[in-house]
Amino acid sequence: MEKTDISDPSYFHKVVDCQWACPAHTPVPAYIRLIAHGRYTEAFMINWESNVFPGILGRTCDRPCEPACRRGRIEEKPVAICRLKRVAADNRGPVDHLMPAIPTVKNGKRVALIGAGPASLTVARDLMPLGYDVTLIERDPQGGGLMRKNIPSFRLPVAVLDEEVGRVLDMGLTTRFGAEVTSMKSVLDEGFDAVFVGTGAPRGKDLRAPGRDEAAANIHIGTDFLSSVAFKHIETIGKRVVVIGGGNTAMDCCRTALRLGAESVTVTVRSPCEDMKASDWEIEDAEREGIPILDNHSPKEFVVEDGKLTAVVFERMRAEYTDGRRKLIPTGEPDVVVECDDVLMAVGQENAFPWIERDIGIEFNEWEQPQVDKDTFQSTRPGVFFGGDAAWGPENIIWAVAHGHQAAISIDLHCQGEDLMRRPAPHVNLASQKMGIHEWAYDNDISNDKRRIVPHVDPALSLRDLSMEVELGFDAQQAVDEAMRCLNCDIQTVFSDNLCIECDACMDICPVDCINFTQNADEPDLREDLRVPAMNHEQALYVSGDLNTGRVMVKDEDVCLHCGLCAERCPTGAWDMQKFLFVDAKALPIPPQEQSDAA
Amino acid sequence: MTHILKPQFRHPNLRTNSVGLTRRDYEGVISTLCAGCGHDSVTAAIVEACFEMEIPAHRVAKMSGIGCSSKTTNYFLNRSHGFNSVHGRMPSVATGANLANRDLVYLGVSGDGDTASIGMGQFCHAVRRRVNMLYICENNGTYGLTKGQFSATNDRASRNRKGMETPFDSIDLCNMAIELGAGFVARAFSGDKAQLVPLIKAGLHYRGFALIDVISPCVTFNNHATSTKSYDYVRHHNQMVGRLDLVPEQEEITAEYAPGTSTDVTLHDGAQMRLSKLDISYDPTDAETALPVLERYKRKGEIATGILYLDDREQDLHDLIGTTTKPLNEVDADTLCPGSDALAAINDAHR
Repeated sequence: MEKTDISDPSYFHKVVDCQWACPAHTPVPAYIRLIAHGRYTEAFMINWESNVFPGILGRTCDRPCEPACRRGRIEEKPVAICRLKRVAADNRGPVDHLMPAIPTVKNGKRVALIGAGPASLTVARDLMPLGYDVTLIERDPQGGGLMRKNIPSFRLPVAVLDEEVGRVLDMGLTTRFGAEVTSMKSVLDEGFDAVFVGTGAPRGKDLRAPGRDEAAANIHIGTDFLSSVAFKHIETIGKRVVVIGGGNTAMDCCRTALRLGAESVTVTVRSPCEDMKASDWEIEDAEREGIPILDNHSPKEFVVEDGKLTAVVFERMRAEYTDGRRKLIPTGEPDVVVECDDVLMAVGQENAFPWIERDIGIEFNEWEQPQVDKDTFQSTRPGVFFGGDAAWGPENIIWAVAHGHQAAISIDLHCQGEDLMRRPAPHVNLASQKMGIHEWAYDNDISNDKRRIVPHVDPALSLRDLSMEVELGFDAQQAVDEAMRCLNCDIQTVFSDNLCIECDACMDICPVDCINFTQNADEPDLREDLRVPAMNHEQALYVSGDLNTGRVMVKDEDVCLHCGLCAERCPTGAWDMQKFLFVDAKALPIPPQEQSDAA
Repeated sequence: MTHILKPQFRHPNLRTNSVGLTRRDYEGVISTLCAGCGHDSVTAAIVEACFEMEIPAHRVAKMSGIGCSSKTTNYFLNRSHGFNSVHGRMPSVATGANLANRDLVYLGVSGDGDTASIGMGQFCHAVRRRVNMLYICENNGTYGLTKGQFSATNDRASRNRKGMETPFDSIDLCNMAIELGAGFVARAFSGDKAQLVPLIKAGLHYRGFALIDVISPCVTFNNHATSTKSYDYVRHHNQMVGRLDLVPEQEEITAEYAPGTSTDVTLHDGAQMRLSKLDISYDPTDAETALPVLERYKRKGEIATGILYLDDREQDLHDLIGTTTKPLNEVDADTLCPGSDALAAINDAHR
């Protein structure tokens, strides 16, 4: 194999699995170390710079970082990254003085943001400090988008939402709440220099079955139901409720119904439980509240008696997988009848743009989706950008934030007359952590603790109160203990082949056998020949140049604990532990902070 | 010394042997030696050999004296018996232990100071008595613990860090062991585990006195350009004369060797070894012809490594003096102390 090019920022970035997996590339280990030291404000600011909504995401994020966490490959469970983020947000000190200054003299460019969800708010956050005149147009009376409408307050307290949305609005946007855009043309006619569409995927899908129309009064689309509850248009529900669907919306619907006074709530899913789209922890939360989930139940008919919904009939299904494709097949068992008063339909969402004229240069594909460039987020009409769920359908908050950052870069380049493809480079830095012969600037003792479970309020209380937050969050000691589980994957093992004397000390001491000195070969052979074959092809091999004996050093990054024993036992300093800082480029010119996170 | 505790986590795919243990189950505490010390590589090789042999830790007695090398018995097999003796006196303690319990596997780890200086007399007698043990000498040519004076194995050509020469000739432990009747004599380099691990395994299988003289560089005091025991020097002057491989029981012998270059030897416990000659003029089964060849290498400044001598008769101390076949703790009281009638009978026989 070729010598690994560690000057390519993506090499070490990929080693920081959590940060690499985070769409917004939040420097996770850096803020976890700060939490361990009780420096919550700084931990919050690292988050705020990357993902804008630390308090919200610390409760509701889809957490792509956690399945990626290296800890999950050496023991059972990853670090509770998401809940640590919440600790930083809940315990931080004042941050107003740390916010970027907003120029009073504007740069003369006007930008319209349609929809006030996380994507638009991120664009606003990134552009306001640059002096843009930003106008936010939102159909609802308040900002937040799906974060306000679809996430129940027992998961995300309104106060947290208001504070983090307000922090963006306070930057001085022009807001038009309660103003539904019915014509894109009329927005463009206002002469904005750029328009960003962040209208989400607000249209809940329906499911056609006999009796659907007759029972319409008692069948509610899940997302509409949740937003009606959020805006207090619905305050009660029938005694017996059936929720159809297996995604996170279904989980929010069933738990909300329980709090509105339903006596029995049943979730039904067409597929087997293991194929459910909802996050594991959201399924666990629903089950903990005593809600049964009937899997392999496909809705067949809505039973209406005397003009009123009385039950739903389900056909039993089983899943067959051929070539990785799933097929649901009726089992032929007798149908299942679940009596109910109300049905909540949570079978998916889609975006829809009836308000965008089709003759103004914004092209749509055959599925009525706008054609959006994957890198620039620009539509086929220069100056019109899409992001969040509006761009390619339902994702989640953290993806919306990531889109917002990229769209803001594009809008800035567009307004300054630059080429949109000339994206700014990320800020990267490598700094040695060696403090003395046996002293390191990071805590490299590896904790053997298991993942902590976040404490919950007594269900007897929380099930009666729609706005009582179920999760209590970690206390300070739990947070420190959980933070210590982090393996500090951003503290990189950096190897200098010209210093190596091939004494084998690093190879002998490595607790997880990732270091090898061997003859070079092609990657497949090399992977096979290591002390422990490197079978996780997602993870890179770090290959040195030729050493004196003609061999090379090969390190399998897969399960490296970043404990630093290789560097500790190296007599010549050929190994060094260096902190890798990666800050993704944003339109907002925040000077990357060199967090001195030494104890 | 390293203050970081070695993490307990191990690679999830780490190989296990047939008793379900991984290599890491044969480790001891973390080394307190200098970073990069050759001795740590020898420790790793011992761990690897014991793992591959699936040796039960409680059947091993680790014996050592004083010195950097002698500390290392703490760094492997932390569930084995161990005795850290007075400086240079490990051979006597090992001899006594072996006489009392012949069934344990005796693994002695010593250094060039502990063996070739203060323990020279002890070493010689353990060899000529053919105590059944594997004696590993971690040989770095210097007194590391006392800050780098020349040891008795330092070559005349080798200078210290400040450029000072030694006026004395070096002691060659391998030559001496062959002359004194050791049955298994090998030399190896700590930086070459592919060679060292099979030698350790064979040495542990061998019955009789087995010596492995491991050139094990001292990174702190004897790894400079004018040293003959530095990593670089040994790598450039390493001449393997005889290779020894252990043949796993189930493996059929299929490889073809040029005639006369390879011999298969079966040890007393059934272990199959294959000796391959890499220097055609060298016969490791014939001490008479082997010694002059070794001398020639030495004069050229080359380091002859690999299996240097093998006596397939496998005689040990118990064979020579005809002791009981069982460990003393398994001999019942009546046999150990046959009573006054038996004594009287013996006395009568001499009247």
